[in-house]
This record gives sequence, C-alpha cells and structure tokens, in this order.
Amino acid sequence: MREKIVYGLGVLGTLLLLWNFYTIFLVIPIDALQGHIFRIIFIHVPAAITAFVFYGIAVLASIAFLVTKNFDWDSMAVSAVEVGTMFTLVNLATGSIWARVEWGIWWAWDARMTTQLMLFLLYLGYLLMRPAVTEPTQRATMSAILSIFAAADIPVVVMAIRLHNVRTQHPGPVLETGGLAPVYWPPFLIGIAAFLLLGSAMMVVRLHQESSSREIDSLRQELHAI
Amino acid sequence: MHAVAADGVWKYFGDYPALRGASLEVAPGACVALIGRNGAGKTTLLRILAGLSRPSKGAISIHGRMGYLGHGIGVYDDLSAIENLTLFGRLAGLSKPKESANAALEHVGLARVKDGLAREFSRGMRQRLAISRAFLHNPELLLLDEPFTSLDDRAVAVLQKLLSDARARGSTIVMSTHQIREAMELASDVALLERGRMIFAGPRSSEMLLDPGWLYRTYGDVKE
Amino acid sequence: MAALAIAGKDLRTEWRTKESINASVSFSWVILVLFSFAFDLDREEKLALSGGLLWLVYAFAGALIVNRSFAREVPNDCLDVLVASPAPGWAIFLGKAVACFALLMTVELISLPVFGLFYNINWTAAFFPLLLVIALATWGITVVGTAFSAVTVNVRLRELMLPVLLYPLLIPMLIGAMEMTTGLLNGNAVMSDIRLLIVFDAIFTSLAIYLIDFILVI
Repeated sequence: MREKIVYGLGVLGTLLLLWNFYTIFLVIPIDALQGHIFRIIFIHVPAAITAFVFYGIAVLASIAFLVTKNFDWDSMAVSAVEVGTMFTLVNLATGSIWARVEWGIWWAWDARMTTQLMLFLLYLGYLLMRPAVTEPTQRATMSAILSIFAAADIPVVVMAIRLHNVRTQHPGPVLETGGLAPVYWPPFLIGIAAFLLLGSAMMVVRLHQESSSREIDSLRQELHAI
Repeated sequence: MHAVAADGVWKYFGDYPALRGASLEVAPGACVALIGRNGAGKTTLLRILAGLSRPSKGAISIHGRMGYLGHGIGVYDDLSAIENLTLFGRLAGLSKPKESANAALEHVGLARVKDGLAREFSRGMRQRLAISRAFLHNPELLLLDEPFTSLDDRAVAVLQKLLSDARARGSTIVMSTHQIREAMELASDVALLERGRMIFAGPRSSEMLLDPGWLYRTYGDVKE
Repeated sequence: MAALAIAGKDLRTEWRTKESINASVSFSWVILVLFSFAFDLDREEKLALSGGLLWLVYAFAGALIVNRSFAREVPNDCLDVLVASPAPGWAIFLGKAVACFALLMTVELISLPVFGLFYNINWTAAFFPLLLVIALATWGITVVGTAFSAVTVNVRLRELMLPVLLYPLLIPMLIGAMEMTTGLLNGNAVMSDIRLLIVFDAIFTSLAIYLIDFILVI
C-alpha cells in the first residue's frame, strides 16, 4: 500500500515536472529584460514555497510529538525538515545562478536570499544534532524543541532583515503585486504542485526508513536484554 | 487514598518498552521493596515516580512531599556540606533552611565538617551527605533507588536509622533493591518487576521473609 | 525563592572555581587582539566595524559561558536532584539564566575597556544607551543559550553542537545589536533596532519558560 502511494506520488510529480520543464523551456516566451535566465524563476520560487510548506509541516509535527509522544510525529518532523532543507538548497543554488547571470555576482545579500540562507542554517543545526543523540526519546524531544525554536525565530529574521536591507535588486514580490503575466501562472503553479508531490514522495520514503530504523534499534535492545 | 500510584505505565526508549503497563498502588505509611533483576525497569519506574522521566503511556499520582535518592550522589562538589543542604532546603521551600541543614548534618554525623567542600569528603562522607539531602525536608514519600548498594558501614547505619525514623513518622517508602534479604526485613509490601511488567504487588508474606527466592520461583521466569 | 537560590549557587561555584569566567575573559581578549592583526584598518573603518566586532567577541564569550550552565549539573547527577525537587522547571531555568546573564555581563564589561584601548574607540560617550543595548542583547544570548545548554546537556560533542545550534538563532538579534552599537560608538544615538531586541527577548524568554519542562523531563 505504502509503495503504491510513493510510486503514485513520485510518478505523478515527475510527470508534472517533466511537462513543466517542457513548458518552461520550449513554450514560454522569454522576458524581454532578463533573457533566458528568467526561466529559472519557475524553479527558484516554487522551491522556496515548497520549502516553507515542509518547514511548516515540520513544526506542526514537532508540536504534535511533544503533545502525543507518538514517534510517528517525530519521523514526520525529521522527514519534513530534510525535504524542506533540500528545497531550500535548490532555492539558494538557483538564486545564486540567477544573481551571477543578472548582476555578475554569486551572492548579493539581499533580503529574500538572506532569509533563505538563515532558514537553511537554522534547520541545518537540527539535522546536525540528530545523529549526536543516541537515545530515541531524547533525540525526538530535542529535535522537536529545536524545530519550534527555529520556527519562532523566523518572524525575527524577517524583521531584522527588513530593518537592514538596503539592496533592492531582488525582483519584488511579483505574486503580491500581481505583476506576473497570465501566461506565466500555469507553469508556476504546476511547478509548485510538482515539487510538493515529489517532496511528499520523498517524505513518505524517509518516514518509512525512520520507523524501520527505530524498530531495528528496539529489537537490538530486546536482544541484549535477554 | 494512596501515597503514590502508577497506573498502567509504559515507558518506551525508542521502540523498546522498558516498562509494560506497570501498575502499583502504595498505601500511606507502607514500605515497599521493589525488586527485580537488572534491566527489569526498577530505576525507570522510580525515576518516573520521582518526576524525572515522562511515562509514554499511563499515569502516576503522588501526594505529599517527596524525597529522592538515585544512583548519583547528587551533591555539588564545589559547595560545602552546609551550603549544599541549605540550597536543597531552599529548593524544598523550607522556612528555615539553614537551621534544618545544621540539624540534618548532626543526624548523619557530619556536623564537624559542615564547612568542608564536598569534593574533599571521603566516599562514605559523601554518601551520608547524599542521604541527609534526601531526608532533609522530612518527606512524606521516599523514593530510593538501591540506596544500600556500596554504602560503607557507617552510612548503612545512618540510613537504617533515618528510614526507621521516617517509618515511625508515618512516611511512605518505595525502595528498589538487589539485596532481597535485607529488604524483606524492612518491607511491609513487596513489588516484583520482571521485564517491565509488575508481576506481583502485595503484602510481604512469611514465605518471602523466610526464603527470598520464593517470590522469583513462584511468580517469575524459572531461570535461577 | 528557588530561582534565586539556584542563581546564587551557580554564581558561588563560579566565584570559587572561576572556570568559565577566566576562560571567557581570556578568550575575548585574545580574539580582540587577533582581529586587530587580521585587519589593517584606519580610523573610519574601525568605527564602522566596531559594533560588529564587539558583538562577535561577545557572542563567542557567551557560548563558553552558557555551555557551562547545565553542564555543571552533570557531575554527581545533580540535575536529577534539581528536577526532582519541588522547585518548578521554570525556576531552575530562570535561576541559571540569570546567573549566566550576570557572568556574561561581567565578561563583557571587563572586555569593553580593553576593546576601547586596542581600537582607540571611545565607549564612554553614550555609555547608558550602550549599556541598555548590551544588557538586552546579552539577555537574548543568555536565554536562548541556557535553554540550548539544557537541550544539549547529554549530547555528544556538546561544546561544538551548542554554538552550531545557537548562532543561527541569534543572528537576527545580533544584527540589531551590532547596528545600534556601531551607531552609539560613532556618536549617533540611533535606537531604531531596540524594538527588535525587545521582541526577540520577549519571544524567546516565554518560549523557553514554556518549553523547559519538556526539555528537563524526557
């Protein structure tokens, strides 16, 4: 059953992604000002949005774990953080490439990219700490606490960066101002959908791996106790 | 109304259940000998009762002031004996922490060295300091994890005196132990943990007093 | 009160052993000297970098101090005794946080004249606003640092993990502290970021107090 879900999500996501690539690279008219590099927005922004969704899932799962003490929530939290981190890296990499092509520098310390970098660092700590704690209940509790602290820091990060951001090169929030031409919306939304599906597939795989790993550890402990 | 109770307590370390639905009801004034092999879950259960660990499932209830003596000594090496006890007195909310600390040190025979740093004490002196800390605030409930293990003679005598005083005051005692013989003498009730399950909990009987191994043979796995 | 008793205990043991304060002060001075060799700066550049530099030093010193906070409870299983006592979790946390705050402020105030000396920067001109900024930011470092000290108390490589976890969280708050400190040292009493520090302190003090029981009792 689980394999069917994974395959289903994965295949659907991959198909959407491939179709989207076709649309992005071959169908969409290019932006007059930016040229071909403009196409990267269809990967860059959906990656950021997907990362946010998975970080949101992570913090909710963390709270759920603290409340219910059910380890499935911990597995969900770590899977979500890993997937979110992966998409943040995609976002950072594509942003960097775009900056290089557009402005000639690999990193510009503008508000959006700095926020993404901060998110990456916050959750990197989470991922680094997990292997350092061997006892599962402790590991799960510590991770949940860290995840909640990281999420609580996000508004402060936004506030700090807004107070100190002087660079305005980063293209403005096109979604809010509705500046995105209608022809661009479908690949944009499909991009988000594709990433969400792929991310979910990866998360389900990781979830299963976590619970198998826990089961093996507990069997090992039982064996030692005999 | 019981002094302390555990109701269907499960404790998982990962997927491994250290406690499987352990239940225990202790009447006020009872002295329970909590026995079981290594790994049976005695320390885990005591820590949960002491509030040091959360049960994965089940509930516990405690009434009254609690004193806990675990495996570690639980005193600060860089504080003197009197400073240690005064601190714990304050944490316990005593109205006159310093006086209580002085009195406690008298009881365990450490009054002469009360200004000495705990790190300079001999092992036996540190044990007596730890014991005095657990009894400092006249707790109504005492949770002791293998308290007699590796105590020197003087500390054993001190602990036995404090325990009998506590019982005379009507305090409840839950004490885990390996030394079944000594425990049976002190105990009014016995609880047997095996692999996380409470397989016996009830009054101490004469068979147990005469033959400590009887309990294992009757209720436990025949592996002796 | 239990929190004060614990704060007093931490400060007393620190006074006796001076383990973290010595290391922290020495480390700060070494870093200050090192930075002055690393960059060959003229006067304007020094003033422009002053806030950033000072808070880098303070952040490093802070990590050393908060790391000791719950680590000192590990020998002899003293942490068990604290948690098992009638004292509530938040009292244990606040007591330790206050002790760390006092220690870190001491290190910072000792290092400030040294900083002024090596970099030829006048820090007395706007001293009280500067003190306010230092106090608020130090509380931010302390409250998150002490909470993470409790989280990492049993973790392998704690001395390494704690800064790795702590610094990303502190960065937004440190940005504000750095900006204001630079401003004050340059003679501009710009306190626009004070709100950022207050918001940070408020959020994380409440979060730490609320979650401390989950951290201490697992």
